[in-house]
Amino acid sequence: MPLARGPAIGYGGSARLHPAELLPWAFAIAVYFLAPSYLPLGAYVLIIILFALSLDLILGYGGIVTLGHAAYFGFGAYVAGVFAVRVHGDPLLGLAVAAAASAAFGAATGAVVLRTRALALLMLTLALVSIVFEVANKWTEVTGGADGLNSVPVGQLLGAFRFDLFGKTAFLYCLAVLAAGWWLVRSLVHSPFGASLVGARENEARMHAIGAPVYARQLCAYTLAAALAGVAGALLTQTTQFVGLSVVSFELSGEILVMLVLGGVGRIYGAFVGPLVFIVARDYLAKQSPEYWVLGIGVLLILIVMFARGGILGLADGIAARWRRSRP
Amino acid sequence: MSDALLQTSGLCKSFGALTVADNIEFRLEPGARHALIGPNGAGKTTFVNMLTGQLPPSAGRIEFAGEDVTRLGQAARVKRGLGRTFQINTLFGALSVLDNVALGVAERRGVGGRAWRAAGSHREVRDESLELLASLGLADDAASRTVDLPYGKQRLVEIALALGLRPKVLLLDEPAAGVPSTESQRVLDVLGRLPAGVAILIIEHDMELVFRFAQRITVLVRGQILCEGAPREIAADARVREVYLGDAHG
Ligand SMILES: Nc1ncnc2c1ncn2[C@@H]1O[C@H](COP(=O)(O)OP(=O)(O)OP(=O)(O)O)[C@@H](O)[C@H]1O
Ligand SMILES: [Mg+2]
Repeated sequence: MPLARGPAIGYGGSARLHPAELLPWAFAIAVYFLAPSYLPLGAYVLIIILFALSLDLILGYGGIVTLGHAAYFGFGAYVAGVFAVRVHGDPLLGLAVAAAASAAFGAATGAVVLRTRALALLMLTLALVSIVFEVANKWTEVTGGADGLNSVPVGQLLGAFRFDLFGKTAFLYCLAVLAAGWWLVRSLVHSPFGASLVGARENEARMHAIGAPVYARQLCAYTLAAALAGVAGALLTQTTQFVGLSVVSFELSGEILVMLVLGGVGRIYGAFVGPLVFIVARDYLAKQSPEYWVLGIGVLLILIVMFARGGILGLADGIAARWRRSRP
Repeated sequence: MSDALLQTSGLCKSFGALTVADNIEFRLEPGARHALIGPNGAGKTTFVNMLTGQLPPSAGRIEFAGEDVTRLGQAARVKRGLGRTFQINTLFGALSVLDNVALGVAERRGVGGRAWRAAGSHREVRDESLELLASLGLADDAASRTVDLPYGKQRLVEIALALGLRPKVLLLDEPAAGVPSTESQRVLDVLGRLPAGVAILIIEHDMELVFRFAQRITVLVRGQILCEGAPREIAADARVREVYLGDAHG
């Protein structure tokens, strides 16, 4: 149950780890040993989970509905690519640079975006994606333009582990980074800071009236989310040794939102379930019938929004609650 | 310098052509029990919103404890000791009653932005919040979702949130509004037990409550102060009877 709802948040709860919260990690390790042919796809799923998790922090907990989160994912992806090509190929160093650059970019853009609300905020974040996209597209000598950057060099991890052809190192690398990001987000969400984010989501006027610096708190969260999204993007560049325009597309901005809504917003683990279901289903269905895949996702979204606002995990919560009630 | 805790001079506010505050000169003394009354739309809530910094005045000046706070943001005024409740419930509906109060207590204690330790491990915040809730008779509701409470209790949470800030000045915007008479006694009890050192400005339509509670009354009509005085003077004032009572009950 805590897996579905996320552990209790706020001053009445405890942030102790529930055994169910270890399920995703057990599952990932099982995939590593039992389904080695899925490792490249698995690494991609882990990356997108980290991306979705960063969005959940600001959207699910902060209540900031943005359509521009791919801007930071793409920014981090390009920073990692350009850094590796021009400066140094060490993956962890590249990751740190991408994180710092994305955080700075997130802070600068967030400072403007967070002055607005609702429709204006949606428009600004959309504009942000298209600006980053255009820069990546036009600044050919640095970004490779429409061709992107191919054969991005990636050094050995910690100077010891080569990125192998089967994607073993890549998978474990992504898993470790995701685990770190998850712990960060989880700690934050359970902290007083996280509670105040939720407070501003629930009732911004009251947050002001109790003396909380709402804007500063949201900007902090936004900056961190941008950094995490940038790290996710950097992981994609490093594990595929390629970065192209698809990492800053409108499509990706929309898709990450769809995946999070599908899994369940504001519950941490929705960011795990959504991308997994979405990407695996797409991988499977897109091979069968590409046109029906898009149609299917549309229908699924309508069903979720109409009947299961809490996404898959919300649905699971409801079923579990009913089951408990029906027992004598 | 005056010894008023909260003071406005020449305070004005207009929404387009509509003037809602017209040159308001107002003083709230330390420890006051002061009521602000006036017909619907007189500008009472707007006045409070300007005091707290939620609305910028069109002109005029607000002083709190001798300091000009006219340009200060809401959070800065709360830090200086200005607390308020809302006429329409402004709560964190989906959160527990405990969390509602604890959010405020945490801000006051300066731990509201702490990012590492879990909120639940801030014992001092939780204990103080539970104590406050218990003093308002809400101990059994601490774990309930706030929107699930009956309306009367939600009004008490509204007050609890403000009390958690331990304000020097408490602005109560119709604390008993909409509470069925069977439950309103509890709100009255709570008002009666508010710490004596806190200066209170209460907006209220219920005249019985006003005359029982207030030591001083200001009458606001169409954005202007019509008169101000002790309850007996206000009750005897012919203009008040005519304008205010005529409007409210006519
Ligand atoms: N943001 C706003 N924009 C435009 N007009 C407003 C705004 N806020 C309030 N008003 C108008 O200002 C006038 C005063 O409103 P206010 O809420 O201050 O009155 P009030 O004395 O609190 O009334 P009530 O007793 O009904 O609560 C009303 O006519 C109201 O419609
Ligand atoms: Mg009002």
